[in-house]
Amino acid sequence: MSKFAKKKKGLPAVNTAALPDIVFMLLFFFMVTTTMRETDLKISPPKLPNASEVKKLEHKSLVSTIYVGKAKPGDQDKFGSGDKIQLNDKIATLKDIASFIYSEQEKHNPEEVPYMTTSIKSDIKSNVGTIHDIRTELRDVNALKINYSTRKGSLAENTK
Amino acid sequence: MARRENAEINAGSMADIAFLLLIFFLVTTTMDVDSGISRKLSEKPPENYDPPIIKMRNIFEVNINRKDKLLVEDEKMEIKDLKQAAIDFLDNGGRIGKAIDDKPGAPCDYCNGAKSNKSSDHPNKAIISVQSDRGTSYGMYITVQNELLSAYKELRNTYAKTQIKGRYAGMTYDQLLLLDSKNNNELKAVVKEVKEAYPQIISDAEPTK
Repeated sequence: MSKFAKKKKGLPAVNTAALPDIVFMLLFFFMVTTTMRETDLKISPPKLPNASEVKKLEHKSLVSTIYVGKAKPGDQDKFGSGDKIQLNDKIATLKDIASFIYSEQEKHNPEEVPYMTTSIKSDIKSNVGTIHDIRTELRDVNALKINYSTRKGSLAENTK
Repeated sequence: MARRENAEINAGSMADIAFLLLIFFLVTTTMDVDSGISRKLSEKPPENYDPPIIKMRNIFEVNINRKDKLLVEDEKMEIKDLKQAAIDFLDNGGRIGKAIDDKPGAPCDYCNGAKSNKSSDHPNKAIISVQSDRGTSYGMYITVQNELLSAYKELRNTYAKTQIKGRYAGMTYDQLLLLDSKNNNELKAVVKEVKEAYPQIISDAEPTK
């Protein structure tokens, strides 16, 4: 046995001490850039129309969203097959829009109320009649700023 | 006395905890930016309200029927021609415009239109009225709104490019909007001037049944 017998040496372990730092960095990135998902869709997810002349909606906290579309295929026996309106977490009727808007306004300071916007996320197959009824309801409660939510893309898709 | 060295805390599972949090945030949050066509509704008219009488030549009527077909000024039209028709109507400048703050109405000296007697008097008098059927599809309605808005945008871009003097000369309206207008009164005034040259007046008529 020589004094210089080779010591058995495996591969040195990779130092993972910095791994948590990297993951935390990613975590903070996502926490800052994203917003919480607020509602579960009760209607089938609306296919938004495409448009090119769009404006970004700023101040997300001042936006209340109304979803319009068909009920999910499984729920159509319960809700019928026409256009459905979803406010917060449930399918509602036109009459509920006024109280929905009031309860949204309640959450904000009075001076912020004129800047509140109602975003209508509607499926391209919905009827304009439904949209018009919503508009009339909104006008009656003086929620005059509305936004038709759209995506960027080709207009030809809208009428398919 | 037994001397013990401070044992190091095992931080090996820290990464696992952080990953768990990361995945939680990935699942529960969204990243999409909301954007869309903004519109301001007209206020509810008071009872016994008499709508003002508007001359037919100042109204550009767009009808969409329940089969998503267009009728513009009583003629059938394809969607691709709508933008040009709207531009021709808005930019006509046939007579004098509306009086603004005591200033008497003036003829439109920046309009490039045909100056026809049968079309609109002045961009600030020109009204686009969209009437759809209750059965019209929302997709078609948005397409029409989009075309009308892009007509306004084109007119405003041309106006900004040719009529604005001074620091912001030669820029289109889109470019002006991208600049930061906070604490910049000159820019605000320029943007306001362009907006007032071609004010967006699109009205939604009660849909037909």
